Amino acid sequence: MANSEPVVLDVDGLSALFEALKRRGYRVVGPTVRDKAIVYDDLDSPADLPEGWTDEQDGGHYRLLRRDDRALFGYVVGPQSWRQFLHAPRVELWHGTKSGDGVRIEADPMPSEPLAFVGVRACELQAIAVQDRVLMGGAYVDPHYRARREGAFLVAVNCGRAGGTCFCVSMETGPKATAGFDLSLTELLDGDGHRFLVETGTDTGQAVLAELPHRPAAAAEIAAAAAVVERAAASMGREMRSDDVRDLLMRNLEHRRWDDVADRCLSCGNCTMVCPTCFCTTVEETSGLTGAESARSRRWDSCFTMDFSYIHGGSVRSSTRSRYRQWMTHKLATWHDQFDMSGCVGCGRCITWCPVGIDITEEVRAIRGDGPN
Amino acid sequence: MAETARKPRLGVWKFASCDGCQLSLLDCEDELLAVAGAVDIAYFPEATRGDVKGRYDLALVEGSITTPHDAERIRDVRRWARTLVTIGACATAGGIQALRNFADVAEYAAVVYARPDYIDTLATSTPIAEHVPVDFELRGCPISKHQLVEVIAAFLAGRRPVTPAHSVCVECKLRGNVCVTVAHGTPCLGPVTHAGCNALCPSYDRGCYGCYGPKETPNPAALGDKLQEQGMDADALRRVYRTFNAAAPAFREESERHGP
Ligand code: SF4
Ligand code: SF4
Ligand code: SF4
Repeated sequence: MANSEPVVLDVDGLSALFEALKRRGYRVVGPTVRDKAIVYDDLDSPADLPEGWTDEQDGGHYRLLRRDDRALFGYVVGPQSWRQFLHAPRVELWHGTKSGDGVRIEADPMPSEPLAFVGVRACELQAIAVQDRVLMGGAYVDPHYRARREGAFLVAVNCGRAGGTCFCVSMETGPKATAGFDLSLTELLDGDGHRFLVETGTDTGQAVLAELPHRPAAAAEIAAAAAVVERAAASMGREMRSDDVRDLLMRNLEHRRWDDVADRCLSCGNCTMVCPTCFCTTVEETSGLTGAESARSRRWDSCFTMDFSYIHGGSVRSSTRSRYRQWMTHKLATWHDQFDMSGCVGCGRCITWCPVGIDITEEVRAIRGDGPN
Repeated sequence: MAETARKPRLGVWKFASCDGCQLSLLDCEDELLAVAGAVDIAYFPEATRGDVKGRYDLALVEGSITTPHDAERIRDVRRWARTLVTIGACATAGGIQALRNFADVAEYAAVVYARPDYIDTLATSTPIAEHVPVDFELRGCPISKHQLVEVIAAFLAGRRPVTPAHSVCVECKLRGNVCVTVAHGTPCLGPVTHAGCNALCPSYDRGCYGCYGPKETPNPAALGDKLQEQGMDADALRRVYRTFNAAAPAFREESERHGP
């Protein structure tokens, strides 16, 4: 049952959560340090979490820094998102073998291992909700996404500070996790010790929590947890007025700012690759040298590639201007028409991981006329 | 087998190059027997003795054109080849020897050779496609053996090879690499470089050197500004764009923006 009274887990309680999830057969995935960044990978215990680390983020800039405490979740989102697991970069679809006069087609197996994500931020919960609608919400359900998504256990974490490129407040997606999680944690690190205020979102979450050592939260702890989220909300690195952005962009499809951004944009596709809501894929067909075997797989694609808009005779969007405009208007405008929601959750990844630091919030401001140019 | 169809004839030709690309074919240990089973390797000086005259269904051409004699020879190859595929940075962009395009060849020859008058060479190193029509270009220095097998398999099946022309960045992201330029401040040519190596250097924490040449619709000038911000001076910028693919137009233009 959702929304029961919040309780408190200490650090041992968090270890017990990992154990409980593993006992139930989940593959536990969450933040960990690799290659000087916080990535999402398999976790064995809270010891694998980025204890005492934080991140510094700006346009085209990311650095890991040491914190002066032992916080386990004292950073924001990194280069990857949960899309890596739910909507995998590469999926084998089928392979075919010649047999006699015919061809035998065999579908590649669907993943069956249930996933548990620990450390899902509010903007990421919304990104998952967006992909749920895109990939499972309509008449055509993506069976590969569904196989990974259904039965996934989500442990949210409320942010205690915002990153340099975060703007979830503008997009109304955070920093507090309000829906879509099984359990949510708020990390408290004060004179009274290191502990987590836990809220439950589902019956499964409640059942898992029942297996962990916990106690009811004191009123002061509930207030402290609220203050953590308020602090994050007050420290957003970026902001973007979003209520009228759909109409703003659609009114300005020939704005000279598109030429300006096209001069700076590398059409490298990084923004689409790191965005947690981008869903586009392409299929690749391969055949062996003997002609006896063939296979079809799919992989992430990006509207920044020429192949993406290739139809007989050429690419529809051959200029970088048209490709950047496609990306930005899809995220902020046409996504509303297509899916009745925003395609941007304000996570800031496209700003941080753009090699030349192109900033979607700044581009909107420029088109609005209250920024440079 | 219903009919004993003639196996397609494959030939490998070498122009000015280091042999690294054709050796990629010999390096395909696991696939080599399958390749030999699927095609009749009729001309391959690195691997076989004796030339076979006649028509070739698939000609793989390595190397660039640097001499008047080679400029003639490539026309001959084209004449006898049904499908001509160029392999590697030399054949597709002029290779590292295209550095001569930025210098005075007569002066070089005078410095290096005792009798420069014996040297019969062109002032430039140029890709094969500047001399004869080319059906497909496979990039890389050296090429990837997986891509070479893919090109041969695609040729045999009559389909388009899967060798996307997007950035190396896409390969990094598909592998789950952390971006070396954003997270470490390492200068990297990945955003302007053609995919195909499966992001080899960034996977080992190095910046991309651009050995696959410019990607589709590259923007080397915008990346140049970023590299400058990361501490490269004009000399370094000119050099970073002037290596294996120095004569590829997009890289050449950007290198020339930073000096002669
Ligand atoms: S568009 Fe940018 S800020 Fe918005 S969800 Fe995608 S990556 Fe995050
Ligand atoms: S922005 Fe581009 S890659 Fe992302 S979902 Fe839209 S069309 Fe696809
Ligand atoms: S906006 Fe940035 S990340 Fe996106 S394609 Fe352009 S240069 Fe690459």
